[in-house]
Amino acid sequence: MSIIKGRKLSYDYFRVDEDGKEEEKIRAVDQVDLDVKEGDFVAILGHNGSGKSTLAKHINAILLPTEGTLYVDGKDTKDESKLWEIRQSAGMVFQNPDNQIIGTIVDEDVGFGPENMGVPSEEIWERVEKSLKAVGMWEYRSHSPNKLSGGQKQRVAIAGVVAMRPKCIVLDEPTAMLDPNGRKEVIHTVQELNRKEHVTVLLITHYMEEVIEADKVIVMDQGNIVMQGTPKEIFSHVEELKKYRLDVPQATLVAHELQKKGVPLPDGILSMRELEQELERAAERNQIHGDQN
Amino acid sequence: MIRDITLGQYYLADSVIHKLDPRVKLAGTMVFIISLFAFRSVSAYVVATLALAAVIHISKVPLKFMMRGLKSIFILLMITVVFNLFLIPGTPVLHFWKLTITEEGIETAAFMAIRLVYLILGSSVMTLTTTPNNLTDGLEKALRPLGKIHVPVHEISMIMSIALRFIPILLDETDKIMKAQMARGADFESGNLIQKAKNMVPLLVPLFISAFRRANDLAMAMEARGYHGGEGRTKMKPLVYASRDKAAYGMMLAYLVVMFAASRIKIFGF
Repeated sequence: MSIIKGRKLSYDYFRVDEDGKEEEKIRAVDQVDLDVKEGDFVAILGHNGSGKSTLAKHINAILLPTEGTLYVDGKDTKDESKLWEIRQSAGMVFQNPDNQIIGTIVDEDVGFGPENMGVPSEEIWERVEKSLKAVGMWEYRSHSPNKLSGGQKQRVAIAGVVAMRPKCIVLDEPTAMLDPNGRKEVIHTVQELNRKEHVTVLLITHYMEEVIEADKVIVMDQGNIVMQGTPKEIFSHVEELKKYRLDVPQATLVAHELQKKGVPLPDGILSMRELEQELERAAERNQIHGDQN
Repeated sequence: MIRDITLGQYYLADSVIHKLDPRVKLAGTMVFIISLFAFRSVSAYVVATLALAAVIHISKVPLKFMMRGLKSIFILLMITVVFNLFLIPGTPVLHFWKLTITEEGIETAAFMAIRLVYLILGSSVMTLTTTPNNLTDGLEKALRPLGKIHVPVHEISMIMSIALRFIPILLDETDKIMKAQMARGADFESGNLIQKAKNMVPLLVPLFISAFRRANDLAMAMEARGYHGGEGRTKMKPLVYASRDKAAYGMMLAYLVVMFAASRIKIFGF
C-alpha cells in the first residue's frame, strides 16, 4: 500500500515586486507522480534547485500543491481539517540542527511534538524515553542541546519526530551540515529506525554513499522525476547521472572507468567490497582466457 | 563581556533548590528583593545575608558562578557608590577640595551597594537553578489569570523560552561574524564612541539576516512538529506543588517575619 501518493503534483514559487505584483513564476515541482510504499527506505537525489526540498515540504503539508494532489496516509494534504493528523503521520527533519531544536534540554525538546498533540504527561515521558533510546541519545537526556555535536543534535531532532509516532519520516538533507562521523551516525540511526520500527523513510540527500542501501532511489532534475529504481539500477547509468550533475559512489565510478578501458565488469557496482570481488572474478576469467591462448 | 551575563545559564546540580517549583522560586526571588528594599537596618541585612548564604549553599552552585553575574553591574555599582558617597548632605566626615563625604553618604552608599549585589545574587540563584523553559512554564502558570483579560500568556512564555534558547547560539554567531569581518579588515576596537557604533554595522547586518533566517527555519520546524498555539497542548513536565514547595512558601513567610522583627533591632545605631 502506498503511504505517500502524489498525482500530477506541481508547485510554483512566485517572485513578487515591491508593488505586490507578480514578477516571475518559478515552477519548482512539475507534474510529479510519486508513490512510496509503506516501510520502504526511499532516497531522493537531485542537484541544487531540482525541487527535491520543495517536494519534501509537501509531504508534511508545510507547502500545499499549486496543482495536483498529494495523499499522505490516505489523507489529502489540502484538507485543512486533517492538517495536524498529516503532520503527525509524516514527521520532518530539517537540514540545520540548531534551527529545529526548540527545547533548552534534550528531553524537553523531544517532548515538544507530543505536547502539541495533547498526549497525557505520563505517556509523553514513555515516548521520550523510547525515542531517545531508539536514537542512542538517552544518556544525554538532561544535557543542553548547545553542548552536543552536530550529529548528536540531528539524532535528537530525529527522536523528536519519532516521539510523535509517525508512519513516515522525511529527512531533508539531514547530513548536509555534518562532518563525516556525524553523517554516519545519523544515517545509521535512520536505517535502524527503518529496519526495526518499520518507519517509512524518505531521505533527501546529495551524498551518494547514503543512498546505496535504500530500497528505492528517485532522481529529480528541474522539478521532474527523471529516474526511479533500485540503487543498482540507478547507478548502472553513470553517464545519465552525470547529465543531471550528480556524482556516483566512488566504487561505481572506478568500475565505470575500468569498463570504458575494456575491463569486463558488470554495471551497478555500489561498494568497494563488491568492486573487489568483481575484479577478482574478472581476473580469474582473464586467467582462464589467457590459459586457453 | 556579554558572555558574563549569567541569565539563561543553567547550572546542572542535584539540589532541593533545583527541584523546587519555578513558581516558588519566582515568588521567593520577589520576596527577597522586596525585603531588601523594604527594610533598612544592619540587623535586617544580617538576616538577609544569612538567608542568601544558606540558599546558595543548599543550591550547590559554586559561588564563582554566582559572582559572574556581578561583573556586568560592576560599573553601575561603582557609580552608585560614588554618587551616594559625595552627594548626600549631612554630617561631614571627610572634607577635601570641593568634595565632602558625609556620615549619611557612607550609610546610603553601603546600603545601596549591598542591595544591588544581593539583588543580582538573589536572581542569579533563580536563573542558575531553574532551566529557562521551567522558568517560563512557571511564569506562564503564575500569570494564567491574565489570560482572562486577553493577555497572550502562552505566546509570551513561548517567545521567552525561544529567546533564551537562542541567546548562546546568536552569541556564537556574533563571534563568528566578528572574526570573519576582522579577517577582512574590519575594525571594532579603535575610534570614538560614534565611530565604534558605525563600525558595528558590518556586524549587525549579517547578524540580523541570519537571525531572521533562523526564525523562519524554526517556525517551520515548530509547525512540522504540530505546534498550533497553546490550545489543546499538554505539558511534559506539568507544574504541581509538592510538599517541599509548600515548605518553601512557609520559610518565605518566616523569613519576612524575621526580617520585620530584625529591622526593629538597632545595631550600632543603624
